[in-house]
This record gives sequence, C-alpha cells and structure tokens, in this order.
Amino acid sequence: MPEDRDYAVVGKNERKVDGVGLVTGRPKFVADLVLPETLHVKILGSPLAHARIVDIDVSEAEAMEGVVCVLTHTNTPPTRHTTAGQGYPEPSPYDARMFDPKLRFVGDRVAAVAAETESIANEALKRIRVEYDELPTVLSIDEAIRDGAPVVHDEKDSTGIYDAAKNTVADVDIDVGDVAVGFEASDVVVETTCETQYAQHTPIEPHVVLAYLDSDERLVLRTSTQVPFHVRRIVAQTLGLPLRRIRVIKPRIGGGFGTKQEVLLEDIAGLVTLRTGRPALMALTRAEEFIAARTRHPMRVRVKLGAKSDGTLHAIEMEALSNTGAYGAHGLTVLANTGSKTLPLYNKAPNAHFFGQAVYTNLPVPGAYRGYGATQGYFPLETAMDELAERLSVDPIELRLKNHIRVGETSPIFEKLGEGREGVSQTVKSCELARCIELGAERIGWAEKRGKRRPDGPWVHGVGMSIMMQGSGIPEIDMAAATIKMNEDGSFNLLIGATDIGTGSDTILAQMAAEVLGVPLDRMIVTSSDTDITPFDVGAYASSTTYVSGTAVVDAAKKVRAQILEVAGPLLDADPGELSLENAAVVAPDGSHVGLDRVCQRAMYEAGQFQIGATASFVPSESPPPFLANFVELAVDTETGRVKLLHYVSAVDCGVAIHPKLAEGQMEGSIANGIGYALTEEMLISSRGRVRNPSFFDYKIPGALDLPPIDVILVDSFEPTGPMGAKSVGEIGINGPIPTIANAIYDAVGVRLRETPFTPERVLAAIRAA
Amino acid sequence: MMITVSINGASKRWSIRTGETLLSVLRREGYLSVKCGCGTGDCGACTVLYNGRAVNSCLLLAAKADGAEVRTVEGLAAGDRLHPIQEAFIDEGAVQCGYCTPGAVLSAFDLLSRNPSPTEGEIREALSGNLCRCTGYVKQVRAVQAAAERMRSDGDA
Repeated sequence: MPEDRDYAVVGKNERKVDGVGLVTGRPKFVADLVLPETLHVKILGSPLAHARIVDIDVSEAEAMEGVVCVLTHTNTPPTRHTTAGQGYPEPSPYDARMFDPKLRFVGDRVAAVAAETESIANEALKRIRVEYDELPTVLSIDEAIRDGAPVVHDEKDSTGIYDAAKNTVADVDIDVGDVAVGFEASDVVVETTCETQYAQHTPIEPHVVLAYLDSDERLVLRTSTQVPFHVRRIVAQTLGLPLRRIRVIKPRIGGGFGTKQEVLLEDIAGLVTLRTGRPALMALTRAEEFIAARTRHPMRVRVKLGAKSDGTLHAIEMEALSNTGAYGAHGLTVLANTGSKTLPLYNKAPNAHFFGQAVYTNLPVPGAYRGYGATQGYFPLETAMDELAERLSVDPIELRLKNHIRVGETSPIFEKLGEGREGVSQTVKSCELARCIELGAERIGWAEKRGKRRPDGPWVHGVGMSIMMQGSGIPEIDMAAATIKMNEDGSFNLLIGATDIGTGSDTILAQMAAEVLGVPLDRMIVTSSDTDITPFDVGAYASSTTYVSGTAVVDAAKKVRAQILEVAGPLLDADPGELSLENAAVVAPDGSHVGLDRVCQRAMYEAGQFQIGATASFVPSESPPPFLANFVELAVDTETGRVKLLHYVSAVDCGVAIHPKLAEGQMEGSIANGIGYALTEEMLISSRGRVRNPSFFDYKIPGALDLPPIDVILVDSFEPTGPMGAKSVGEIGINGPIPTIANAIYDAVGVRLRETPFTPERVLAAIRAA
Repeated sequence: MMITVSINGASKRWSIRTGETLLSVLRREGYLSVKCGCGTGDCGACTVLYNGRAVNSCLLLAAKADGAEVRTVEGLAAGDRLHPIQEAFIDEGAVQCGYCTPGAVLSAFDLLSRNPSPTEGEIREALSGNLCRCTGYVKQVRAVQAAAERMRSDGDA
C-alpha cells in the first residue's frame, strides 16, 4: 500500500456521534418537534389511473369546522418542475405540477386539506366532490410503446421529455466498436432477458415534513430528505418564492434509500404555511407511502455476450426498457446507469452497445433507489456470464477473473455514458476484485460445493456467485463543501451540507477532520444539512458522501491545520513547517508542545487576532468504483419451489473503510434489502393500476428471522484519489442478491429464473417447465 | 376519559379520546421515542413495554392502559448511565438511522429480562417484530448478545 495509513481516528470503530441521542430516544426526528397551532395536512389521491378533472367542488370541505385551507389545481401555482432532487439543471423532465387537472396514476394529487386535526382533514377529503373524465390507460411497458397508445403526458407546457407523443421519457444509445462485427467474430454467443418488479424502499419512517414561519416570516421546512439544498431550490421554483425566503433543515431522518431524494411533500406543506401563517405537519401513512411515494424502476433488460473460445469477451450488448411510471423523475439517469455502472466491469470486450428507453405508464412513480439502475442491469449481465461460463465449460469464477477491469485500465463506457449526458474518462486506480473473489469463494466453500447438487430430502443445495462495481459520486457534477472553525477550548465546529440519512456520514466525516487536526473525535461538533448554516452539498445520493464530501472535509481540515501551525510557531519558537499536530496539541521536533486551546486563545485574544477556520469545496474529476464479489449457498425445495438461503458472503473493496462497523452495516443492510427484492418484495398492481398490497403485512420485507448468516469481508484496499484512501460503500451491496441467488438456483436445480422476485410459484413453475 | 398510567416509574393521569391508541397518547404526552412506522402493528417502531412485555402501542387502545405499567426508552438509562443494551447497540454499530432503535432495544429488554442467555435464534425471534431497513439485523443481534453477556457478568439484568 502506497500511503501512510497509521491513522489515529480513521479506520477505528468510534462511537457514532448521534448514537447516544438515538438509543435514548431523544426527539431528533421531524415529527418530534411539537409546535403550537400546528395544522395537519392530508392529500386526496386520484382513485383512477388516468383521468381529467372536469369539475372539483371543495365548498363542503372548506365549510367544515376545523378546516383551514384546501388546495387544488385551481388555487396553486402551475409551474412545471421535477420532483427529482438532482443537481441543477436536473436531467429529469419538468413534467409535474403541484396539482394537475390531469391525473396520471392511482394516488396522484387531486387536492390537499389542512385542518386542526388529522381526523378532520381526513373527513374533509371525503367531502370534496370531483367529477372525473376517465381516460384509457397505459399499464405496462408494452402498452406504452405500442402504436396509438394513450399519451400520458399530452400537455404542452412540460419540457425535457424525449418524445411525449410516444410516451418516451428518455432514449439512450451508445456504441463502442461494432457489436454486429463483434458477435460475428465470437466463438460463443449467449443472450438472456430478465425482468424486475415494482419494489419499494420502505424506510421505517415514512416521508414527513414540518413547515413553519420563523420570526422573520421566512419559511422553514424541517423535512425528512436526502437533499436539503435541492429541496430549497425546487420548492422556491415551484412556489415562485425567492430562494432566500426558505430555510431547509434536515434533522435525524429514519432512512432514505433514494425515496427521499425527491420533493414529495415540501411544496404543499410550505404553501399551507405561507397561506395560513401556521405550522403545517404533513406525514404519509404507510399505505400512502406504498401508493404515492417512489419505487424502483421496473425494467426488462436484454444482454447478449460474445466470447472467444478462450473465454475473452469480444462483444457485449445491453438493451434496457424502463418503466418510469406517471412522471419522469430519474427516468433518464437510472436508465443510463443501467449501462454505465455495469458494462465497464467487463472492459476486455472491444465491442459494446448500450441502448434503451424509459417510458411513461399510468403506474406508481419510480425514482432513485439504492443501486440506481445498476441493480436491474446486473441481473441479466451476471446471469449471462454464468450461462457463458457453462457454454465454455469453465468455472464462472475463472470467466470473471479473465474479463474484469483491473488497476491501470479504463473502459470507453466511462467517457461515453454519464449521468444523463456524456461521461468522464477515467482509469481505475484501485481494484482488489480478484482478492474479493478469492476470499469470498474460500468463505462459502466454492470449490467443494459448486456443481454438486447435493440433495437433502426434497431440498437440493447449490452455490452461486456474481461480481459488480458501482461508482463514488457523479464526476464533474457533484459538489460538496465543508466549513471548519475553531473554538478556544480546542474544539472545532464541522459544518457540512452532507446529509446523514442514517448512514453515519456525520461520524465518518468528523473522523476524517479529527484525523487531519490531530484531535479525538469528541472535539468535533458536527452540524449538518441546514441550508442557513452549512455550506452547500448536493446531498446523500450516488454513493457520493464519503468520497466527495469527505474530500471537501479533508481539504478544509488541512487549511485549518496550516493556520493552527502558523499561530503556534511563535508559541513554540519554531518554524510552522516543522510542527505537527497530535493528541490535541501542536508538537515541535524537540518535543515541546502547546495545547490547541492555547493556540486558539492566542488567535482570538492576543496577537494577529482572527478566526481560525476555513471552507473547502470539492468537485470530483472521477468516480472510482468500489468492487464486490457475492456468494450464496442455498437450498431449493423441489416440491414447493421454496428457496432457503443458508449463507451469504460479500467481499467488498470500498477502499479504506473510515469506520469499519458502519461500512459493514452499509453492506449488511443493502444485502438484506436486496434479498427481499430477490425473494419476497413485489408491489402487486391491479388491472386498473391500483397497488393491491400497500402494507408491511402484504408487502414482505425481511425481518430478523428471514435472513441467512451474512458475512461481509472488507478487503484491504487504498484509493489514491480518495479521502484517506476511501471510495464508496452505500449502494453496491444491493445489486448482489438477485443474480447471485439466480445463479445458485441454477446450480441447485438447473433452471434459470429470469423474473423477480423468485417466489415459490415462479421457482416451481420453472422446475416443472424444465 | 381519564386514565392513570405508571410511565417509566412515575404515575400520570391523562385525558384521552375514545378510540385513541396508546401510541398517539404517548407521543402527545411527550414520549417521542415511540415512533409510528405503519400504524397497523407490522413494523414495531411503536414498541413499548406494557406490564413488562414488548407490545405494539399502535394496536393498543389507550383506555386499556389504565392502571398499567408502561416503559419507553426514555426510562431505560439510569441518569447519564446508559442501559447495557443501549451501550451495546452503539458499540456494535447496531444503530444506523435510529428510527427503529427504541423499539428494538425494548424488545431486547423484554427478552433479556426473561431469558438472560438467549440463543441467536431466540434473539432473532425477539427482534422479528421490529422491522429495520438499515442494518440487516446482523449488528442488532450481536448487540443483544453483547448486552446479555455484560448483564450476566454485572448481575445487572
């Protein structure tokens, strides 16, 4: 390893900075702030998948005692915008308005009521009379792209839609070399098409916002968001307010996973508060969350691989069709990521083609979801790799080792395919994937278990594997800033726009600053995600925080460190260049030292007085991929189709883990989420577009009894461009379970599952059809 | 109607509305560690100890709690000294977003008060009513094991 990695704080399992408050249940979350006179806001959702509002009569609702404000399309701003909390200008179409006279999915906003209590608001919703003109619906990808299909977005004022008349939100088509020639010159060609389902993030805290006016009549939005600065900008745009009139505060939030990278409630609660002058609390119920919040994009993805007889990939083609539901939030970028986060992994193929479309339907609205398209892409890619290995009669591990990207290598895909536009060229500077594969294979017992089809009553055992990469932020787009200022007891305020959504980013960013400043973690006072106080950061998405925000923090800390040494020089009668910082003191080469408190007191009160402090910003020029090898051992019940996971192993190269337990936690949580996605989670939708299972009782996410032993191996690695050697770890794990389990099912019973989730019905049907 | 509840060791008289759940009353009275994640008894974020047993407070009518003993995590630490389960949840990395944490801690408390040496299966059973989307339960299970060990050696259960 090239760098000095003798860290004092980084790489240690420090106590999470917000840990004590969370285990003692202190009121840290949005709805825990109780303000007098708070109104409760509820939404009337569309009962129809596609309709126009012919007439809406709210007079009876408005007349109810306790009803304070009713909002509909007739009394709210018509500004088109996107709900996607992305950097400006957003790569998502401006196809949404606050309340639209046209409704495009069951649950779409018809009206909102603000009332003295939640029950009055709910009662008032029932008294709103709406006359609908029901329209023909588009309820699948195939229906959306059919000639003469009903047009979901026929309005004139939406912008940024690729071809609205054909329900096409986005279209991507990039080429490297010539795949037709490549397949022609291949000795073996395999092709597979996989379909993924509607699935939801289900943070245990549903979306919630509390809006209120501060003493200067500014609108404060205390909200459960991953993107406070984007919320401020999009709410200002939607409501036509100057940005400076809005303050967004993100307190602790109860998980995000992508669904809170979206502005779903803040515009309504904000407008209620502006209209009434009163605080407004708006919280989705779990059912509303399932019906009207965001989901993962269901996709149909076809992968074709061509290889030489020695196993070298020669051509890869991936075609993706993505259902982006009633609105195009994240439609283009999730689609692009399906190729851009998967194809560079197999950079040995000189010919590659990625193309696809994202289409509108009258179905629930997908958005950002951990994995962000890569999850959908790896299912067919890693299934096809397994099939190719079989055709070539080589071990699937050998085929991957022969073809995966290595240190010093690049892929033309990096440059051709970016975040809704061209990408950024980069070479890989850290990759321990071969080691990940080796360690994972050893842990699962690959050599002994593979291909044995060991029976156990009606059960048959199998093992499967897959590999993958993700990114670390969006290069040349993402921006993060950090401010550090010093206090005269030798402590520091760390002010960061970075958004801790439960990941522990407040802690790991403070660890990085403490490391540079030579202080224990408890000297860092972290304030994050308050648009009035903290500097800008795009927020928590795209696996960006550790790498992008982390670099900003390290740079700010280095500037502060230089100031401290300048001030300490005269105190120690030494040249600042020879001084070092350790144990909360400045140390001279002769061993004499002065405490940081003394240094700050001098700067504040004695000589050359100034505030020791600095701000640094960072925009990454590349997005170093973390790498992952997944293995699973499972058993399939050939009589019932049930799949039982016995052991799941994930070996990951995320660079230096700033906080190993939190890094493992990111992996364990994303694997659990991925296992649910692979086996049980599926939003069932009726023939009229209604979500049929909007509860945790009917939509099964894994509980503590539903998961196998999960082993996470953090493989030793160092990313030279990363802060203290770190890359990212937030998303990659969720991509693993589907292809890994699918390949293990094949190993056990010889059938390929190409549609998720792998329910007993689907597995049994596949076994019987074989 | 009025109910009398012993909450975290203190006796309180609360006015409640017909049909109101214990969850709703507890939050109104300032016990904000008790969270709502579904309102249908499926997620366990609203778990409290009701006469010593972990229950979903969203399913319990407040009227039923008249005369009952209720405990929330606000009543778990002894002053500044965290309960060993709370300590272990922090030290093992079992807290991510923290929204499900109070409920999971109370389910673990219920388990360890009845069974000081649970197996991993028993721990998973005890936590099975507390959905967590962040952790995959790996570190929660380890935290309960670590807490059990500490409570046994401290004689602290």
